[in-house]
Amino acid sequence: MFKKLTTGAVAVALAASVQISSVSAGESLYIPQLSYRTGPFAGGGTPIANGFGDYLAMLNARDGGIGGVPIVSDECETGYNSQKGVECYEATKGKGALVYNPYSTGITLQLIPKAPVDKIPVFSMGYGLSAAAIGEKFPWTFNYPATYWDQLSSIIKFIDSQDGGIKGKKVGFIYLDVGYGKEPIPLLDQLSKEMGFKVVKIPVGVKEMQSQGSQWLKVRKERPDWMIMWGWGSMNPTAIKEAAKIRYPMDHFIGNWWSGADVDLRPAGAAGKGYRSANMAASGTDFPALQDVLKYVVDKGKSQVKDRSQVGTVLYNRGLYNAVAVAEAIRTAQKLTGKKVITGADMRLGLENLDLSAARLKEIGLPNFALPIKASCKNHGSGGAIFMQQWDGKKWVKTSDGITPMTDRVRAALEKAADKYVAGKPDWVTQKCGG
Amino acid sequence: MFYREAGQYKTSYKADSAIFPILQDRIAIWFYLAVAFIAVPLFGSEFFINSMMIPFLIFSLAAIGLNILTGYTGQISLGSGAFMGVGAYSTYKLVTIFPDMNVILAILLSGFFAAFIGMIFGLPSLRIKGFYLVVTTLAAQFFLEWAFIRIPWLYNYNDSGAIEVPNRRVFDIVVSGSEASATTRYLVVLSIVVGLTWVASNLIHGRIGRSWMMIRDMDIAAELIGVRPLVAKLSVFAVSSFYCGVAGAMMVFLWLGAAEVESFDVNQSFLILFMVILGGLGSLIGSFMGAGFIWMLPIVIRAIPKILGLDINASTVEHINFMIVGALILVFLIVEPHGLARIWAIAKQKLRVWPFPY
Repeated sequence: MFKKLTTGAVAVALAASVQISSVSAGESLYIPQLSYRTGPFAGGGTPIANGFGDYLAMLNARDGGIGGVPIVSDECETGYNSQKGVECYEATKGKGALVYNPYSTGITLQLIPKAPVDKIPVFSMGYGLSAAAIGEKFPWTFNYPATYWDQLSSIIKFIDSQDGGIKGKKVGFIYLDVGYGKEPIPLLDQLSKEMGFKVVKIPVGVKEMQSQGSQWLKVRKERPDWMIMWGWGSMNPTAIKEAAKIRYPMDHFIGNWWSGADVDLRPAGAAGKGYRSANMAASGTDFPALQDVLKYVVDKGKSQVKDRSQVGTVLYNRGLYNAVAVAEAIRTAQKLTGKKVITGADMRLGLENLDLSAARLKEIGLPNFALPIKASCKNHGSGGAIFMQQWDGKKWVKTSDGITPMTDRVRAALEKAADKYVAGKPDWVTQKCGG
Repeated sequence: MFYREAGQYKTSYKADSAIFPILQDRIAIWFYLAVAFIAVPLFGSEFFINSMMIPFLIFSLAAIGLNILTGYTGQISLGSGAFMGVGAYSTYKLVTIFPDMNVILAILLSGFFAAFIGMIFGLPSLRIKGFYLVVTTLAAQFFLEWAFIRIPWLYNYNDSGAIEVPNRRVFDIVVSGSEASATTRYLVVLSIVVGLTWVASNLIHGRIGRSWMMIRDMDIAAELIGVRPLVAKLSVFAVSSFYCGVAGAMMVFLWLGAAEVESFDVNQSFLILFMVILGGLGSLIGSFMGAGFIWMLPIVIRAIPKILGLDINASTVEHINFMIVGALILVFLIVEPHGLARIWAIAKQKLRVWPFPY
């Protein structure tokens, strides 16, 4: 019986794997979508996945794909779990995947070494390993518009422009105590020394995300002049509520772009008024492309959003922006190679030569939606500007123009980190950039 | 019928006390080994090997480790995830400090670090048992997780706080890292798991294993007939942690390729405990069955809608998956509280006497 069961199971499994690899798309562009609509971070993962999927679906419905080739995209559920993420990667890479958007720093770290071997680029848009922005050392990894380090330097620059400078001030840094939250700390330490401000680090463990009493007690004791938050998931609304409880001045509390979504601020509502966060893409639906998404996808019932109000939120638009960058990179790759159906290696070329200028954004129906991106062989992600948004009690309002990062400092630090990553890996694939 | 033993005579004590007294069982074992060593690498797709077989074997080894502790000695532990972490982090330190070291050797050596840490956290078991021991092993879990985050030396001061696996060669074949082929890694994992299972089987059926089981059944009686609880309990913590440590090292070096501390959190400990309980406490074959059930079944369920050509959202499949696996766990435990291994044993017994009821 046992023998039968095992042989049965093995047969089913083999059949399954054979099946999976035989569905490879013929004349199409395959973009696997690693999403998380389940688990503790589903609140953030769902709108991102919706925005990403809806834009690609819109391109299929309106233009018949990109360059006349339809896009095939299916979702694989990761639950924000690295092991499941790798499983998704293994299950989909054989189908001619063009690019992976892991949407988790943990999964990104797992995929970075696999990318050069399988010749499929990894595009972690505004997250992941900061050092991967150094194109010479990480030919297969992209993280524009800006790395965490760029973003932090922009936020520090913003603080420096307020209330007579940052020198001599005390800055509290509250972060999720995982790889993602710890990522900007080396630069923060460096900047604090160079610019003369004090840093108080306040880690929040994954298990404490929803009970941050002790952390905010520390804030009350230390009285930092500014607070910066590197949070995600249920940590964000909890922190904002706690800050309101201890009457921390909200307009001195700044989140990074993963700590500034509608879902984060709605629980606090009016109490969160004045809270600021960084962002890379505008919110709202007042753009021709988003109207097309509503017309071709959402109203036709082809989207996974429950109703129209979910379109245009901060995270929905960020997922959409990610899809825009991917689609534009495919276009670039098609133009460069002259092929319609491209491979992962062509896609790498497309991502590396992506030029998403203000004019191009206007052309595709997203005028002033985001700040321009220009990638190059050397630069796979650093240097993009961010803008600040502020919560008015009901919705997000854009309050600043693009704030450019301190590129000189960041680039040097990134190069050092990239060298450290590559050191001790004699087989690591690098590339030379002319000029 | 299937297990007709007629004509199989035992002519020596050795044959009588063999682990597989029936010829058909011995043939079956060789058959499985042949399938695992020859058929799977030849015919398995990369996805099947990389995402099903390798994790299945690694979790089986971790389940064996916990089963030795919980099933054979009756010491419940919730720290197995952390002990896997000790193995992974010490392998990482070993291969980065000694770049020329054989990575397979490093993985096996790291088991000793895990064994040492396991023994330290096993000390409370000399005074307390049952739920109180669960609490102290839980403390080990949280302490070690804390250490993996707070001691940057363990991950070589990486900014990301993660450990990454470098490409390493053994006899000029890339064994670990991103360039290693799935088949190579699978064969290494399989060899280690088969070898260590054989060692575990010998330990359990020998003097040491018997003393563990005596401790489990009644520790006072065991002490009275000459089993030293100190030696027995500390040795079982050491052996169990060794297995978990090797499993953890293989998980990072031969499967995932990089890991953060979340890979070794308390959920991992629970997962392995469920594998042990579902597979059957005090059974080696049960450890394999439990790991297979908990790891393989969700993957098979996930693949079913695609095979049938149904268009269901990935998240819906995931929710259905949770429900099916959860319901099946309940059903199995209600039908047979002693786990899959017991179901298998009953089935075997029925087959032996078939077509007669007994």
